[in-house]
Amino acid sequence: MSTHAPAAHGHPHAEAAEIHEQRALGFWLYLMGDAVIFALLFMTYGIMVGNTAGGPTGKQLFDLNNAAVETALLLSSSITFGFATLAARQMSRQAALAWLAVTFVLGAGFIFLEVREFVGLIRAGAGPDRSGFLSAFFTLVGTHGTHVSFGLVWIVILGAQIAIKGLTLPVTSRLYRLGLFWHFLDIAWVGIFSVVYLPGLL
Amino acid sequence: MNGAGSVKQAVGIVRCAAIALFALLAAACDRAVVLNPKGPIADAERGLLFDAFGVMMIVVVPVIVMTFIFAWRYRAGRNARYEPKWDSSFTVDTVVWAIPAVIVIAVAVLVWRSTHKLDPYRPIAANGPPVHIEVVAQDWKWLFIYPKQGVAAVNQMAIPAGRPVSLRITSDTVMNSFYVPALAGQIYAMAGMQTRLQLLADAPGKFVGRNTQYSGGGFSDQFFEVVATTPNDFEAWIARARQSTARLDRPTYARLAEKSRLNPVVYYSAVEPRLFEVIIEKYAGPHAHGAAAPARR
Amino acid sequence: MFGRLTIEALPLYSAIAAGGAAVTVGGALLVAIVITWLKGWKYLWTEWLTSVDHKRIGIMYIVLALIMLLRGFVDAIMMRAQQAVALNSGGYLPPEHFDQIFSSHGTIMIFFMAMPFMTGLLNIAVPLQIGTRDVAFPFLNSLSLWLSAAGAGLVMVSLVIGKFSTAGWTGYPPYSGIAYSPGVGVDYWIWALLISGVGSTLSGINFLVTILKRRAPGMTLMRMPPFTWTAFCASLLMAFAFPALTVACLLLALDRLLGMHFFTNELGGNMMNYVNLFWIWGHPEVYILILPAFGVFSEVVATFCRKRLFGYESLVYATMAIGILSFTVWLHHFFTMGSSANVNAFFGVTTMIIAVPTGVKVFNWLLTMYRGRITFHPSMLWTVGFIVTFVIGGMTGVLLAMPPVDFLLHNTTFLVAHFHNMIIPGVLFGYLAGYMYWFPKAFGFKMNESWGKAAFWFWIVGFYLAFMPLYVLGLMGMPRRMEQYNDPSWQPWLVAASMGAVLILIGIACLVMQLVASIRDRKQAADLTGDPYDGATLEWATASPPPPYNFALLPEVRDREPLRDMKERGVSGAPAGTYQDIEIPMNSPVGVILGGLAFVLGFAVVWYIWWLAIVCGLAMWAVLIWRASDDHTDIILTAAEVEHMERARYRALEAARTAGRA
Repeated sequence: MSTHAPAAHGHPHAEAAEIHEQRALGFWLYLMGDAVIFALLFMTYGIMVGNTAGGPTGKQLFDLNNAAVETALLLSSSITFGFATLAARQMSRQAALAWLAVTFVLGAGFIFLEVREFVGLIRAGAGPDRSGFLSAFFTLVGTHGTHVSFGLVWIVILGAQIAIKGLTLPVTSRLYRLGLFWHFLDIAWVGIFSVVYLPGLL
Repeated sequence: MNGAGSVKQAVGIVRCAAIALFALLAAACDRAVVLNPKGPIADAERGLLFDAFGVMMIVVVPVIVMTFIFAWRYRAGRNARYEPKWDSSFTVDTVVWAIPAVIVIAVAVLVWRSTHKLDPYRPIAANGPPVHIEVVAQDWKWLFIYPKQGVAAVNQMAIPAGRPVSLRITSDTVMNSFYVPALAGQIYAMAGMQTRLQLLADAPGKFVGRNTQYSGGGFSDQFFEVVATTPNDFEAWIARARQSTARLDRPTYARLAEKSRLNPVVYYSAVEPRLFEVIIEKYAGPHAHGAAAPARR
Repeated sequence: MFGRLTIEALPLYSAIAAGGAAVTVGGALLVAIVITWLKGWKYLWTEWLTSVDHKRIGIMYIVLALIMLLRGFVDAIMMRAQQAVALNSGGYLPPEHFDQIFSSHGTIMIFFMAMPFMTGLLNIAVPLQIGTRDVAFPFLNSLSLWLSAAGAGLVMVSLVIGKFSTAGWTGYPPYSGIAYSPGVGVDYWIWALLISGVGSTLSGINFLVTILKRRAPGMTLMRMPPFTWTAFCASLLMAFAFPALTVACLLLALDRLLGMHFFTNELGGNMMNYVNLFWIWGHPEVYILILPAFGVFSEVVATFCRKRLFGYESLVYATMAIGILSFTVWLHHFFTMGSSANVNAFFGVTTMIIAVPTGVKVFNWLLTMYRGRITFHPSMLWTVGFIVTFVIGGMTGVLLAMPPVDFLLHNTTFLVAHFHNMIIPGVLFGYLAGYMYWFPKAFGFKMNESWGKAAFWFWIVGFYLAFMPLYVLGLMGMPRRMEQYNDPSWQPWLVAASMGAVLILIGIACLVMQLVASIRDRKQAADLTGDPYDGATLEWATASPPPPYNFALLPEVRDREPLRDMKERGVSGAPAGTYQDIEIPMNSPVGVILGGLAFVLGFAVVWYIWWLAIVCGLAMWAVLIWRASDDHTDIILTAAEVEHMERARYRALEAARTAGRA
């Protein structure tokens, strides 16, 4: 097939739209599968929350202030991501990049707080190998944190793509899917905040 | 054509095979412990097996017969009636959904009632108070503690025939499954938890018990003997156990709990109090779920 | 440097294990030498390994499945031989080897035989059946394939380096935990499942989008061929059930690697949670495997009875009902765990309800045969053999669905007989029927029918001889997975079962012979029409093998049997209309590279070679990011080229017709 040139820039517009629609649907399905993972981790946490094996309980360990700041960071990062999407829709490359940068900083702040919390717990002898409860806690919250970290890497890559390629159709469609991912992580975090941190203190 | 001859020959072969099969089956039925229950629980479970089997035959036999008839009758070249466009019929559809539905409703009623009646946690209502035995699965043997009598035995469980037996079961290793098919169905044994099983032997006899849940290298050797005795012989068995020089204290227990295969039957004349609870608490923690965490929530 | 990998890992602990390793290594070397000798590496790489064409990916999946079928069957016949002789003796296999064999048999047959076979059939048939040019995500499709192959590779490597798990294909903790299984076996098992599980999830998503978004104009949902319907439901289950397996395996891996306490005996672990998680995936998995086989049977029965499928709508609703209900029955795998009577009875009843739609399907196939014109192509034989055998398995399934009966027969060979009685006819017969049915489509020549029929007869007789004795043994109270036993009354039945395994071995040999004979006679058996069975669905409307773009002009669908409808309207020949440029995805090495990295990553984690695991992980991310940033993944076939290819096809067809007339 040596005679075939690579497809020239862009498909006919209708076909391109169709392809991005398929990708959006595929991504939605992936997120639903991911939601199943989170649901099962929540279920596991629910089963194990009482299995402290004589070790510390959530009430003794969790710092609501920290969790509240984390929540604020992540929720506002969702808003700033929304601004980045709006800017991209208005084809404003600089604004989109700026808002993505803000989103990145907020997300990185969230990860910093989470890692600090984890390190503190492990230093205090309340690591994931201390009890079933702590295994479930670290895994549920850590899985979310891993997702956020991947999201941060993705933001950097997409930022680079916007800077290099501009707001082309493939790039904006990727931005749309990253947005879905980022907002999904918000929802998952709200679940974690209400299921993990709040009951420990009420 | 020698069609008739070969058909006759084939019938002859099938007949011989059938006779051999029935001979084997008859021998198997005799040895098929599930089909020869020796107590009311296993008997009721077998009855359910037969009932459901009978009901299922209502649909299984016609389907198999129809498959053969249709395959034969409508084979190409025979020119039976051919209706290539016939692809739906409201009446047929209704019947096709209704038949399995009716059968399943019938069997579902059977399931609901029998599951409650034969709940392994439900005490047997019969002849006097039950004998309590605590069962511990180990690698790769079974320990039976008689808390009231204060004795214990490894790889042998004596029970008085005609009296209900109430078992509390746990594991001091991986998951096991306690199974005495002649007397009752099985239930899992899990560390840090307690499951229950009720059984009753109609008459004196010896039965095999096993672990059915794969548990490592010695799994195949992990069987024990159930001895159902007359009430007098049961007392004699307890008395014999009491004469044993071995006592089941904590160090002895710790040695016993180590991996071993084909353990001989051992009797213990005394058992440390609350040993069964201690074995559970070793995993579940003393404050986890009270004295003994049930598998059932 | 090499983690816990030392020279001790070589399987020199027994002659049989060393022999198995030698055969594996020797076989791989032999294949490599043959390819080198034929100078085939470049062709293999450019045309196959890097291909993103769903037809080729499908073929590669099935090649993988057939290889793993051989491996899984060797395990099976070794177990049967061991149990046939191991009365009051150790037989010829020590426990630690026998236990690896039953674990790898189940793992391989489910994950690396049945799953790739099913995905392969989906790949070959679904896009053609719905009249599209490719799946929605061709590159992802290639990635799924190579992740499956990476998992299979890990299982095969465990034969040579280290040992496989002894915890059975279900890997129940605490036995599979680090305290009781400190070796590498369980880790091999976990990482093989995790890696191939990701591939399966992606396949599920891919086919869902393909079926939802890429159907030919006019193909409404209720005009989709029955196989596509079952593929749709199976994909739905794949996308949403496999995450449960991922969670179960991941938590077990965390227990083992980081000392966590999800499923340990002590410090608050709860192994019952694993059992639930595993079967929340495990029961839908049964239907992931069985539904596409049901779809094959529906296609085959209509084609070879020369009749419209009876009760299409009933079949569709039954498929959907089975798909949904499959998520509501998982607890029946552990009635004996001490749940309350209400819980057990509830799950017993939901299990029985699944029998209703399944029964409906059986009746519909029978009614399709009724007043048909049946020709006994091997695919049809598999179908008839399936119906008779499956009904028996369904019956024993309903028996086991009653908790009190399950108490008696759970974990015995009765259970083993039951699920083989579902999976062999209900899954394997279906896949073999589909393999023989669509083979001419994939390769352009028909398969040898005599060897196919011989394979069928050996398989079905062997099946009955191998598994009916296991029912009897279950009634005699024999637990599954016994390496040896002391009850002499069991032995005649175990010997009979091993004879059945020998018959199945002959059946497998017939399958190999069929393939060899078919390739040998490919010229005589060539099918230029693309429609060897006078088919009714769209896969038969294009050439065999189909061109890269499948359909030069997308077909327009007006009926549930689009091709038959076109034939009746007289428009099934060369398409009228002008050809246009067609965009097709470019081959990509990224899928096979990522699969290779995943394999090394899994191997590194199994042996605690952390630096290598980190390197592989980073490399995977780099490759993935590079691929995700690439906007030029398609090439254009110009209208002229398409026209050239189409003309050549019709010319050849015309020449063959003239020759046939002369």
